[in-house]
Amino acid sequence: MSTPRGVTGSILTSATDGAAQTATAPFGHALVRAAEANPRIVGLTADLGKYTDIHVFAEKFPARFFQMGMAEQSLVGCACGLARTGFVPFATTYAVFATRRAYDFIAIGAALGRANVKIVAGLPGLTTGYGGTHQGIEDLALMRSIPNLTVIDPCDATETAQATAAIAEHPGPVYMRLLRGQVPVVLDPQTHRFALGRAALLRDGADVAFVSTGLMTGRALEAAAELAGTGVRAAVLHVATIKPFDRDAVAALLKRVPRVVTAENHVVTGGLGSAVADLVVEAGLSVRLRKIGIPDCFCDSGSLPYLVQRYQMGVPDLAAAARALLR
Amino acid sequence: MNAAAPTADLPALRRRAHALRRHVLRMAEIVGQGYVGQGLGIADLLATLYFGELRFDPKNPAWPDRDRFVLSIGHYAIGLYAALAEAGVIPLGELDTYGADGSRLEMSAPETTPGVELTGGSLGHGLTQSVGMALGLRLDGRGARVFNLLSDGECQEGSTWEAAMAGAHHGLGNLYAFIDCNNQQADGPPAKVMGLEPLHAKWAAFGWHTQRVNGNDPAAILAALAAAHATPGRPHAIVLDTLMGRGVPLFEQREKNHFIRVAPEEWTVAKSQLEAAAP
Repeated sequence: MSTPRGVTGSILTSATDGAAQTATAPFGHALVRAAEANPRIVGLTADLGKYTDIHVFAEKFPARFFQMGMAEQSLVGCACGLARTGFVPFATTYAVFATRRAYDFIAIGAALGRANVKIVAGLPGLTTGYGGTHQGIEDLALMRSIPNLTVIDPCDATETAQATAAIAEHPGPVYMRLLRGQVPVVLDPQTHRFALGRAALLRDGADVAFVSTGLMTGRALEAAAELAGTGVRAAVLHVATIKPFDRDAVAALLKRVPRVVTAENHVVTGGLGSAVADLVVEAGLSVRLRKIGIPDCFCDSGSLPYLVQRYQMGVPDLAAAARALLR
Repeated sequence: MNAAAPTADLPALRRRAHALRRHVLRMAEIVGQGYVGQGLGIADLLATLYFGELRFDPKNPAWPDRDRFVLSIGHYAIGLYAALAEAGVIPLGELDTYGADGSRLEMSAPETTPGVELTGGSLGHGLTQSVGMALGLRLDGRGARVFNLLSDGECQEGSTWEAAMAGAHHGLGNLYAFIDCNNQQADGPPAKVMGLEPLHAKWAAFGWHTQRVNGNDPAAILAALAAAHATPGRPHAIVLDTLMGRGVPLFEQREKNHFIRVAPEEWTVAKSQLEAAAP
């Protein structure tokens, strides 16, 4: 396969893959729907309203929207204060800024006292070509280690919208990764039902299992379809809620299909792959496991197709990892 | 319920401040050490607030229309517990459990204790959350106000200034920040650790209605509050110059009094010094 040659894209276009169908700003529109039903929902951002789709909410509910400027500690702290006066604040920025700059405010301000704060974080993993400063590659590992915090990585527009509605109803602190702008539609909104804390078996198969999260689930489904063409039956278990981790669903699948490829848009340290590996050891399962994700490095900048190939996170890489387990 | 604006009675406030200092010494003596200097130094502010300013219901600490007292500096808990007990929010007898294993009166105040609005202690959080509370109370149309107590050293945290910007930008006239300048942080006086002054000019430059008063004088604190109330539409900074260990010369004169270790025989001296200055 030839190496893609492109240029680093605009920061506004984080959509990846050549999706047949996309939806515009699914988080922003879902938040508006939730806010129409619940007047306690408020929104905040740290100078990234346009870039995190919360401008849709801000335009609809200007009195319930607070611009905090480029100040992520203030963003999260202020959201915690609003939660402590009975509001349901949704605070947006990029994953790198939320988790690296405001970590203590998420841990102590939000999680320790279970403040009802929703942190929605853009540019997860390789959804921007802007390099190490903007790619949120280790946020899941950081957030997953904080007690009381719910952590979600939705896979597409359908799930982003459904998860937004779900966390608005869920009391307690949440960290959710955001796919923004033109977001691929992978799951059918008519049939898919996001359930907080529950993994979803999107495809069954007896030969090999993909356990995936975030946008890697779309690629896992494509890889499974490709494998089916060569007679390999691959299951795809989508783990949208990273924490609390649906151990039962993962263990049940791995008992049945003891060859697993984990796939995450995140470093392979401390995220979904690590959670699955922990489970395998703790449950005493006999499983062959391969982790697909960003290796232990900060990524280059560049076009997304180039980066996805360079760091071996594309559909061919997933299919190859599955085949390797079958040899 | 303390819902009407309390009337200022200076002799009564001074008696309350003295009572708080007694409680502080009682807690510190049981533990044998601690943030006794801070507890004594801030007693005049806490007495003035809890018995001259704050609207709250001791029987219902979660009353939605209460004024919020937000303690950023969790280690000042010894002073806050004294005030909460004196005000009837927690039982007086419970003060004897301060810092003990299993007690809810932890050495750094946790939000699970009645009357404690948030878990401070990781410095630089309190004002950011106070901004959110003030926004929320305003959005709800409640007249309640937010009073945040910071330390001088806490003004070294960048998040304090992020929040200061936000409070002014959003025009939070229902937000009050007291900055306790006791000139002592963990590694020494701020001028040596990381210079802070001119604090008045800094807060004013950030858009806050700013005053600087003697924080050990309830009359001065009341006057500052009255001036703040008369200045709507902006948040209020009241920089308080206080003396650590105030009321107990033994502790006032100790050179390094951020965390005081006290010999058993010194408690008798400390208590008699305090009572000698009773109002």
